Amino acid sequence: MNQSMVKVFDIQKDDFISAGEASSSVKKILKQLGVSPEVIKRAVISMYEAEMNAVIHGGGGKGYAEFFKEHIEIIIEDNGPGIENIELAMQEGYSTAPGNIREMGFGAGMGLPNIKKHSDQLEIKSEVGKGTTLKITINF
Amino acid sequence: MEEFINSVTLDKDKCKGCTNCIKTCPTEAIRVRNGKAYIIKERCIDCGECIRVCPHHAKKAVADKLEMIGNYQKAIALPAPSFYGQFPSEYSRKKLLIALKNIGFDGVFEVAAGAELVSAETEKRLQTENFKKPMISSACPAVVRLIQMRFPGLIDNILKLESPMQISAVMARKLFSEKFGISENELGIFFISPCAAKVTAVKSPIGIKKSAVNGVIPISEIYGLVHESLKNTEDDNQTNIFSSDIGVGWAGSGGESNALSSGKTLAVDGIQNIIKVFEQIENDKIENVVFIEALSCPEGCLGGPLAVENRYVAKSRLKQHMEEAKSEKAQIKPVLSKAITWSEPIFPSSVLKLDDDVMIALGKIEQIEKIEKDLPGLDCGACGAPNCKALAEDIVRGIAKETDCVFKLRERVRQLASEMIELESELPHTMNRTEKNEN
Repeated sequence: MNQSMVKVFDIQKDDFISAGEASSSVKKILKQLGVSPEVIKRAVISMYEAEMNAVIHGGGGKGYAEFFKEHIEIIIEDNGPGIENIELAMQEGYSTAPGNIREMGFGAGMGLPNIKKHSDQLEIKSEVGKGTTLKITINF
Repeated sequence: MEEFINSVTLDKDKCKGCTNCIKTCPTEAIRVRNGKAYIIKERCIDCGECIRVCPHHAKKAVADKLEMIGNYQKAIALPAPSFYGQFPSEYSRKKLLIALKNIGFDGVFEVAAGAELVSAETEKRLQTENFKKPMISSACPAVVRLIQMRFPGLIDNILKLESPMQISAVMARKLFSEKFGISENELGIFFISPCAAKVTAVKSPIGIKKSAVNGVIPISEIYGLVHESLKNTEDDNQTNIFSSDIGVGWAGSGGESNALSSGKTLAVDGIQNIIKVFEQIENDKIENVVFIEALSCPEGCLGGPLAVENRYVAKSRLKQHMEEAKSEKAQIKPVLSKAITWSEPIFPSSVLKLDDDVMIALGKIEQIEKIEKDLPGLDCGACGAPNCKALAEDIVRGIAKETDCVFKLRERVRQLASEMIELESELPHTMNRTEKNEN
């Protein structure tokens, strides 16, 4: 048997109808694995935030969820503008989302700090003009 | 696992084995086997969706019969607030209560009274930080079981108070055993119910050890009798009103949340709508809401599978009762000073789990995906499972096989047929006589 299972998701730019489907399907798998509700919650909240970041700021991208025996690794990569100042982006309430997106109730900042709060490990790789990759680890 | 009791059951004679119910079940609890629907008990939450959708009325709720009241020295009827919406609004609430009593009960006690105690306690809990927000009402038993099964992460959000039915039963038992001078267990308490899940909530309760209700009688069972009884009902001085418009309002969607002073409430009805809202709560995407009222039936209990009147007609009538109730005061002091907290813990259900071992479960998920990819993806239901993914899961769980799929079966038949044609041309040499003779 394999030591892990990978699921790959396409994340479409500004597609608010199917946004969140990747985290929903990860949630379903975690429930089938019998992972504790508290862990599921942390995984889903962080993945959802990261997915929405890619939808709103990142011009879409790809999501990967790799399930291991004792943890899950979530990678969200986008081809967006990149983050100029990661430290600033990590501050609560800081946002670069355009007004129309904020009116929809998204993009009020909190994305990255919220992911950090809910995950066991968060790695951010970003290059201005190229894109951003988040690697989120959550232990079962 | 503890013994599971379901109210929703199948009338085999009426079932045609069609796929209407398997497709609407929110927990994928129904399969068709041997031409008849089959309910997987561990998965059924008694929401009643299948009762509503079955064109042959083959799904029914097992409940108690009116005759059961004869087993007790005195019997008390506990009408759900939705009871008032079932009859023409020319009859006042008090008249309805008297008419109900007159079909054979010794007293009536409004569940609306218990509802008001729950509302008061909810209000208090919303003011403190001790309870997780958004708080989710536990009034609908189907919703509580939906959370156990599909949203275990929301168990902490459940408002862990005994239901209006239970609280009213406790109050009625005390009040009437004193009034009649009999012991509490000589008194039979009967909930007059629009709801199938309440039957299960009485026979196999969550959050409490034992229900104070002795039997659950469907509104539909006593509807005709009450209608008849209303014709010769006179006002009396013995029957009391126990609640105001707040308790009465609990019958419909929005009633429980409107009873609260906070505007930060959300009322959702219909099980599929509830699932969507719960998904959002799980994603932490519902902000600024402190209380969620979720009722499994469309329009709330007024739309219950055991109610009789059209839910919108009933809603209009209820509105009139609520108008009248605004000027009325409860004529009896509440027997209890406050609502009662659950005494028993609530656990998540594990029916969705594929295996106790994470790695084996992962392997099963991969197998399910592989099988699903190979299925036609039409979600036709002819295999007896609600969709192709569910069939794939059933195959891996060992309760179905690939050839249950008619398309897969046809593929196999075709394969077999072509193999037979191939074999047909390969006769043994000793049999190929005609050719030899020609030579």
